[in-house]
Amino acid sequence: MLWPLIIPIAVIVVLALFIWGLYNGLIRLKNNVENSWAQIDVQLKRRADLIPNLIETVKGYTKHEKSVLENVTKARTAFMNATSIEDKAKASNQLSDMLKTLFAVSENYPRLKANENFLQLQEELSGTESKIAYARQNYNDLVMMFNNKIEVFPNSIFAKQMNFTRKPLFEASEAERQNVKVQF
Amino acid sequence: MFEEVRGNKIKSVILIIVFLILAMILGVTVGLIYDNVLVGGIFTLIAGLIYVMIVYNSGDQMILTMTGARPVTKKEFPYLFHTIEGLAIAANIPTPKAYVIDDSALNAFATGKDPQHASITVTTGLLKVMNRQELEGVVAHEMSHIKNYDVRFMMLAVVLVGLVTLLSDFILRSFLWGSHGQKRENRGGGNVQLLFIAIGLLFAILAPVIGYLIKMAISRKREFMADANAAILTRYPPGLASALQKISKDPDPLVDKANKATAHLFISTPFRNQNGFVTNMFATHPPIEERIKRLKEM
Repeated sequence: MLWPLIIPIAVIVVLALFIWGLYNGLIRLKNNVENSWAQIDVQLKRRADLIPNLIETVKGYTKHEKSVLENVTKARTAFMNATSIEDKAKASNQLSDMLKTLFAVSENYPRLKANENFLQLQEELSGTESKIAYARQNYNDLVMMFNNKIEVFPNSIFAKQMNFTRKPLFEASEAERQNVKVQF
Repeated sequence: MFEEVRGNKIKSVILIIVFLILAMILGVTVGLIYDNVLVGGIFTLIAGLIYVMIVYNSGDQMILTMTGARPVTKKEFPYLFHTIEGLAIAANIPTPKAYVIDDSALNAFATGKDPQHASITVTTGLLKVMNRQELEGVVAHEMSHIKNYDVRFMMLAVVLVGLVTLLSDFILRSFLWGSHGQKRENRGGGNVQLLFIAIGLLFAILAPVIGYLIKMAISRKREFMADANAAILTRYPPGLASALQKISKDPDPLVDKANKATAHLFISTPFRNQNGFVTNMFATHPPIEERIKRLKEM
């Protein structure tokens, strides 16, 4: 007599528990993703802050490299204006490439290479660059986990209802993909 | 990953319990001689508990002092700082504090009770010899020890097992000294005889336990595990492989202030040049060639 009632109730309870668990798990993952993005952002800002200093230092020693310096400044401005994750990723990759060119060019100026201030900035920038790479690695791992979780069946049915959408990966630049461990 | 963390936490608790039991056996033995078993047992239990609490909270400081490590500023070694900060980001743990040992040997270790209270120590020799990728490999290996909670267990093992070894040594000495006393003066022979029996028993119990603790501490799997996790962190196994290669060719691998208690903390055993019985007994690390081989296969 009670059986017909118990079965639908049990189904509802199990379903509710599943959705509850899924929702909390997704929220936790989403927060982790956002936190790891914040870590990239901190390093990206740090690098952007170092660049004016670098340009001031380099300017005094190099006369024929105006275009290189201009490109770095342009890339930095583009980065400062970017808001979405995709735009920031693109602009930051461009900035990485421009900086690489700048440091490659600076090899031709022995007096610049002997400058204490320049050496310090170079170490600081390459340290920040590798921190960006590590933060990006951590971010991409978490995004991958998040995207997988919302797209596998049966999570996909509910995730859509709960307004969870794919997070973008932070792609490495073309140059970096060819040579993973880049050093200035 | 999570299994390793849990395993290390459980092992740490076991280690503490075993240590407290050993302390109580010691207390009861001494109590037996003075006809006051209860006081002896309770006193050593309380003293043991206090000691464990001190070790748990500042064992890493003891180890750092023992090995002669000193904290460094970002200004002094920006290179080391950036590497540690970067890999802490990759491992998703708080940035450990940086220490160096002024020694030309190539070695490194990590210690601390958990990732929130951890430090990484490298020798200045290592900083001089390694390039960026190699240093990243070494630091990533240490970072994995921290993330796995290997550091908690190893810290407790160093300081607690170290004390047990010291104590047994002390008792052995006082026993030898005691037997001299017996020859000189035959008074109180009953007590001395009891002491003789008790110490014989104590050693029968202690020896296998200490052996087991050392075996548990120097699990070779731990090193392979940290190598593998380091490769995941840096995504570049050749970095650590070539660092290990350089370490294995180091003509002077001895860290002056390393002793047998702290040996298993280091990335490679600090006693390579000694050979024979002692080295085998304290073979704290798998052979470096094997580790390099596995890294190259990744």
